[in-house]
Amino acid sequence: MAEALARQLEDTLDPTSEVMSLQMGPSHPATHGTVKFNLKLDGEKILDMDVEIGYLHRGFEKMCEQRTWNHVVPYTDRLNYISPLINNAGFALAAERLLDIQAPERCQYIRMIMSEISRMADHFTCLGMAAAEAGAISVAFYGLEARETLFDIITAVTGARLTVSYARVGGVTQDLPEGFAERVRGAFKDIRAVMSDCDNLLSKNRIFIERMSGVGVLSKEDAISYGVTGPLLRASGVAYDVRKSDPYLFYDRVDFDVPTGTEGDNYDRFSVRFEEIRQSMRIIDQALDQIPEGPVRVDDPRISLPQKKDVYGNIEGLMNHFKLVIEGVKIPPGEVYQAVEGGNGELGFYLVSDGSGRPYRVRVRPPCFFGMAALGQMLKGYMISDIITTFGMVNMIGGECDR
Amino acid sequence: MIDIAISAILTVFILANIMNLGGLLLWVERKGSAILQDRIGANRAALLGKLPINIGIINTLVADPIKLFTKEDFVPPNADKFLHWMAPILAMVPALIAFIAIPFGDILVIGEREINLQAANLNVGILYILGMVSLGVYGVVLAGWASNSRWALLGGIRASAQMISYEIALGLALIGVVMTFGTLDLQEIARAQGHMIGGVLPGWGIFYQPVAFFIFLTAGIAESKRIPFDLPEAEAELISGYFTEYSGAKQATFMLVDFLESIIVAGLITTLFFGGWQVPFLMRDGLHLPGDIFYPLPSLLVTLVQHGAFVTKLAFFCWLQIMIRWTLPRFRYDQLINLGWKILLPIALANVLVTGLMILIFQA
Amino acid sequence: MDLLTFFMLAVPLVLFAAVVILHPSPVYSAMSLVVVMSFLALYFFFLDAHMLGWFQIIVYAGSIMVLFLFVIMLLNLQNDPQEHQQPSLRTASRIGGAVLIAELVFLFSRSSSSEKAAAELPEGFGTVVALSEKLFTDFLIPFEITSILLLIAAVGAVVLAKR
Repeated sequence: MAEALARQLEDTLDPTSEVMSLQMGPSHPATHGTVKFNLKLDGEKILDMDVEIGYLHRGFEKMCEQRTWNHVVPYTDRLNYISPLINNAGFALAAERLLDIQAPERCQYIRMIMSEISRMADHFTCLGMAAAEAGAISVAFYGLEARETLFDIITAVTGARLTVSYARVGGVTQDLPEGFAERVRGAFKDIRAVMSDCDNLLSKNRIFIERMSGVGVLSKEDAISYGVTGPLLRASGVAYDVRKSDPYLFYDRVDFDVPTGTEGDNYDRFSVRFEEIRQSMRIIDQALDQIPEGPVRVDDPRISLPQKKDVYGNIEGLMNHFKLVIEGVKIPPGEVYQAVEGGNGELGFYLVSDGSGRPYRVRVRPPCFFGMAALGQMLKGYMISDIITTFGMVNMIGGECDR
Repeated sequence: MIDIAISAILTVFILANIMNLGGLLLWVERKGSAILQDRIGANRAALLGKLPINIGIINTLVADPIKLFTKEDFVPPNADKFLHWMAPILAMVPALIAFIAIPFGDILVIGEREINLQAANLNVGILYILGMVSLGVYGVVLAGWASNSRWALLGGIRASAQMISYEIALGLALIGVVMTFGTLDLQEIARAQGHMIGGVLPGWGIFYQPVAFFIFLTAGIAESKRIPFDLPEAEAELISGYFTEYSGAKQATFMLVDFLESIIVAGLITTLFFGGWQVPFLMRDGLHLPGDIFYPLPSLLVTLVQHGAFVTKLAFFCWLQIMIRWTLPRFRYDQLINLGWKILLPIALANVLVTGLMILIFQA
Repeated sequence: MDLLTFFMLAVPLVLFAAVVILHPSPVYSAMSLVVVMSFLALYFFFLDAHMLGWFQIIVYAGSIMVLFLFVIMLLNLQNDPQEHQQPSLRTASRIGGAVLIAELVFLFSRSSSSEKAAAELPEGFGTVVALSEKLFTDFLIPFEITSILLLIAAVGAVVLAKR
């Protein structure tokens, strides 16, 4: 297999053959997130594809070592910036496992609800952009409109659209606003309408189906060996979902399905994401019924900031506040790996603490990094137009992939 | 002498009008897509400071051309300068002059003189338009080649293959119509659609040639290179395809050509399949309603109404193309070629055969 | 067609035909050939053969030459370098050209048609009806044979390309 591939590659590098090399990106309309594809083309057919990433590298992991644990949270917003709440939750969960504490029940439910809302926003963005790049720009706007209703909810809860910084070690910054459940359920009505529009315009559209099905196929074995997770892996037929296989928060208390595909092509990826939006709504519905009243932060002065009246009113509160802000939460030495199911797959945080208020090492397992690694394999032998749809379905988020 | 003057006036009238229509369509496209997509569009122009009303139309018709025509005209360093300059002209001219063969009204009577409302009365009008459409591809292909950019080259290659493939389906769809009406003269075809089938259904081409209509619409959109057939420019894949390396006025020219081509397609659809300027029940002397009811009308009024009918139908089909453009995703290259050669072409051939058989049966 | 029109068309036609041969860039050659085709079509128009003229434009200028350009672009042909031309081939082509010119001169000098008056055109000459009547009655068999020949060529091309 590898030998045949090498021979084929050698043929294409023969100067007498009619191979065109083309550099797609880093500044190309389809390479959003800044990435470059070095292509070898025979007419429109892709003979070889080399993916170059790293254009959005900011040194996230190194930066985290200079900040206290809670100061890392805003950095995690900028990983997958479409679904920052999942990143927040993942990092906070990892830190809490190092501390060996459990956030209050209400906080955990809030994180779960907000994670699912983020996942929906993530999927809507991905599906909408995939449609726009396939040419159906109107559908993209419908998708963005649905996302906007979700962002409105996120704004009401966290105060920001994108850079939410909602989680803290041991809790979340604030409780849900009043009338949250009604608001979410009202938004779901709009979203269901948008989804039925998308269904009619895309899932039943012959042109769209032909563009997507049978393209960018990744077999079950290849997907596993590349380490691909999330909708990409599930589309290839492996029902792996961190929420099911290694439940965190209260995902074991709600009932939901893990949709899988059969072919591992772009249409399956599209359908899996589409169905996951529905499942997310199911999860949120159940969580809204189950959510108890109570505090949203652990009641421990070594971890949570004191009340403002204590900070201004007595010296203990002021000292406590000063120590926590300047030195950070003291986390006992140790290491931990905590995975959550991000929009694109398994988002893992590997944290090492040396007992000071700052992380000794932060390592992120970005889900779309592995998708990008498999992209060249998915696209060999297909056409230029297929890059667009497949890359759209891999849904690379530059901030997350390049960190 | 007067005949030549009349011809000249009609030609100028047509050219000026379709140029304007091209600009208007750009606004309709922006505003229409904005409405379709639940957003506010084309409203960023304020005359005299602030006006409360939405005057996006002024933006598109005035501000946009000023902006585009005052931009730097950039020619890539290794481009073929002459062909790079020629390409927009070669694309523009055939698209502009193709329209003069399309009749936009019946006969205008002024005093003793009868004026045929058609800028050029060609007895082979359909061939003329097909010829112009087929020449239009050169602008695109040369733009792709002369830019010396690989994106542009890919766009040019796609355009040449696409336009030739769909010209064949287009031509074969027209053969069915030509067989039905027995002439290549567009004015004659429009006149032949004046009767009523069974007294109620207008005798328009679509009722005789429904299959040809769908083939023609599909192939026509493909010829005008708009979504779902906009592969030569596919902005997600080829940046802007053949006009990637164009800027300013030249790029504006290519944009306008797209609209002119869709106007031609709309004009042909109107003339061939929807009776051209015909209004049901309206004859040259007045209104003939079923049941032998007759209202005489002045000739000038009839002509004006018919011209209005033509413009309305034309506008409708322009609008239809824009709506299709904003609804559907685009094809992939191989699917496009498959559709042209393996689906449209056989159907068009079968349509010609069936039309021939029907003519034989009904004449015998 | 009077002499003035003839020369007004003939001079640019010959000039562009010369460009086809002499220009080093294949794209310019192809485009000049398109212009030559269009001038030929103009000849047909002036000779009252409108339909033939439009077919000249649609088929030759509009389709066949586009395919030429397509191939040139697809192979990305560059300007023809001199060293690739074989000297023997050049000599042979020069001799062949000279023989062709001599032949043409000989033929044209024998049939000096200038003395004969132009024949009166029959009614409806060059119209679709007249042309198709001739095509489908008198010349039906050659017409059909030609189309079958073209079909065979097209199928053959597809078969060869698939190989």
